[in-house]
Amino acid sequence: MTSRLILKRLRSLCITLLAASILIFFMLEIAPGDIATFMMGVDADPAAVEALRKELGLGGSIITRYFTWLVSMLQGDFGVSYTYREPVTQLIVDRLQVSLPLAAIAFALSTLIALPLAAFTATRRGKISETVILNVAQVGVAIPNFWFAIILLSVFSTTFDLFPAGGFPGWSAGLGPALMALTLPSLALALPQAAILTRVLRSSLVDTLDDDYVRTARAKGLSKGQTLWRHAMRNALVPTLPIMGMQFAFLIAGAIVIESVFYLPGLGRLVFQAITQRDLIVVKGVIVILVLMVVTITFLMDILAMWLDPRLGREDS
Amino acid sequence: MREWFKRLMLVAAAAFVLQSCDKPQSSGNGLTVGVRLEPPSLDPTLGAAAATDEVVYGNVFEGLTRIGPDGKVHPALAQSWTVDDTGLLYEFRLQHGVRFHDGTTFDADDVKFSLERARALHSTNAQRYLFSMIDEIIVVAPDRVRITLKRRTADFAFNLAWGDAVIVAPESASRNAYLPIGTGPFRFLRWQKGTSIYLEKNHDYWGEHPLLDWVTFRIIPDSAAAYAAVMAGDIDGYPNFPAPELVKQIAKDGRFDIVIGETEGETILGINNGRPPFDNVLVRRAISHAMDRNAIIKGAMFGYGTPIGSFFSPTHPAYIDLLDMSPYDPAKARMLLAQAGYPDGFEAEIKIPSAYYARRSGEIIAAQLRAVGIDAKIQYMEWAQWLDQVLGNRNYDLTIVSHTEPRDIRFFARADNYFQYHNPHFNALMDDIEQAESTSQRGHYYQEAQRILAQDAAVGFLFQLPQIGIWRKTVRGYWKNSPIPAINLAAVSNGA
Repeated sequence: MTSRLILKRLRSLCITLLAASILIFFMLEIAPGDIATFMMGVDADPAAVEALRKELGLGGSIITRYFTWLVSMLQGDFGVSYTYREPVTQLIVDRLQVSLPLAAIAFALSTLIALPLAAFTATRRGKISETVILNVAQVGVAIPNFWFAIILLSVFSTTFDLFPAGGFPGWSAGLGPALMALTLPSLALALPQAAILTRVLRSSLVDTLDDDYVRTARAKGLSKGQTLWRHAMRNALVPTLPIMGMQFAFLIAGAIVIESVFYLPGLGRLVFQAITQRDLIVVKGVIVILVLMVVTITFLMDILAMWLDPRLGREDS
Repeated sequence: MREWFKRLMLVAAAAFVLQSCDKPQSSGNGLTVGVRLEPPSLDPTLGAAAATDEVVYGNVFEGLTRIGPDGKVHPALAQSWTVDDTGLLYEFRLQHGVRFHDGTTFDADDVKFSLERARALHSTNAQRYLFSMIDEIIVVAPDRVRITLKRRTADFAFNLAWGDAVIVAPESASRNAYLPIGTGPFRFLRWQKGTSIYLEKNHDYWGEHPLLDWVTFRIIPDSAAAYAAVMAGDIDGYPNFPAPELVKQIAKDGRFDIVIGETEGETILGINNGRPPFDNVLVRRAISHAMDRNAIIKGAMFGYGTPIGSFFSPTHPAYIDLLDMSPYDPAKARMLLAQAGYPDGFEAEIKIPSAYYARRSGEIIAAQLRAVGIDAKIQYMEWAQWLDQVLGNRNYDLTIVSHTEPRDIRFFARADNYFQYHNPHFNALMDDIEQAESTSQRGHYYQEAQRILAQDAAVGFLFQLPQIGIWRKTVRGYWKNSPIPAINLAAVSNGA
């Protein structure tokens, strides 16, 4: 039964999350560096540093602190940031308003670019157009996205002044300005991802196009395009889904370099800043959320794969 | 194909329309400045982050006194003050008609509250020791405060101008970290975390009204991004530009003024005086002769930065040029090493924090040390690790760092200084400075102290960290130097 399989996946999802929470908490506890010293600086009065350490509640046994943290997190309370003095939940929600749309737009863009390109090249094997596209895609895989971002900036912001050179005005400033601010960053993120996806999807398509059922479909009188989109693509997508899942996870958690180039207030910047400042309670909260999202995406991709290829849902598979 | 082209043009047109509503704030007299670091909080009495003072000091918060662009002490919330002959009794007359941004009135009680809070036993004020010499704070009248000191403190009025000494209200103090309420020319409007901090003109300001209607601080940590923001015209200025290598390119553009000023940041090669062989003054002198300051400034800072021969800001009236005491002389360095018993040199480690000037100077300094036989290895670390290992545990040989507080030469007299430098004569001089009766006498002591540090080669003195200001030509009234970590915008205008 598919539902039993889904339950099984859900159970392993919970265990993964718990294991991750233990790992995150204890690894960060043993990291060198002290938030109080960091905040007070080189010239600080030692008594004041000690007073701050007390105020932040950095005492007590590590086991007790772990369980307090875990329990309050289950209730949706991630604690209060040491440096910002604001609830971590609020900080994360604010940053997700940038990170999620950015990842979603980039993901959509890369898929929209990759699907037709993969279909095009897979059906024109050996032709010049295929060689050109595949080589361009190879370059796309090799280009670091931050470099591409800087090129986009110098062309579209510095030279032509079409887009802002960075920053995010917030959704309160209106849909237009907010989307404008996300255009170049999502392009910079999407194109290298599209290149990867094109190559993977193409080789998967090439395999499927040689299968017997494709020939049967053609023999039944379906056109080349109909066979491709109705039959081959659906099956070629199945092995590609885990890669797309990983890409989406990368777009959320790994956009930090792009967020720096465009100084966007995303989740990546938040966690990077928190690490350098030893605002560990923020780091812990963000990583837990990231783990949760990655695990959920993988889970959803598994379900989607089962829907596309029902054989995967059977117990004996 | 034509259809496709039409659609593309439509999208482009839409983009232009959207673009034009992207900059609603560029109208009116406002200013957008770039800053490298986001402040951890907006309360300057909490923690030591210069990033906090850059945004709020002099703009949102004010102290009894203030530091002017000339580096001198001026009246602020105290319109005047007197000191008696003993130097222990200060009486401050406060400004009238001052209101905090939330409408509450400012009076002597707020002064008492703020200073008591800063010096309290459980105070989390990083500069608590600045206030520890206060014996008593008495409210004489709503506009008069009397402060008695435990001992003479020559710099007391100066210390009251620090960001850590700003006057806050008991009603709002606990929320200042994210909702700062001060008495300054600008009031806090909004903090969009990770991107911008917005201030607006305080129409009820007690002093001369600011010329700008609004100010936006944009947080742009990456130097390539800072460059792009400047060139795209997204910001009007970047008072402390982090990428000296890009300055020439910006200067070519013609839209901007490049203003090179001084900060209070003495950049040094920190030496652990408590660890052999660095406990030997000959070894430390050898190191100071091994380093070519000009090559370091040229290579690491693209020529921006003033070489220093001791631990004192060149803008201070009591500064003396002591570069002659440790000129670049590799032969002499080798000779001193041999004299100290290390004819073949030794191994040493340089721990380098993440600051850009440190990263860039590190390689050059290591090469220069190797040239005289000191096998210097570089270890990079983040700031938090540096604080832990170098500052906290003094577990290091050499390090590169800039000390950015004003008049911080007395750091060498602190019992817990991480250079482990201890010289009773120097400590006595620091006491003399506090007791000094006149400015000239104090200046004399300061000069003596500079000579002692250079003589002892307490650390390697490199250069004064420059303040590289990039300003659009329409902007006027900004500070060239940074005598205190602040971006004071009270007198700035942006006449487009």
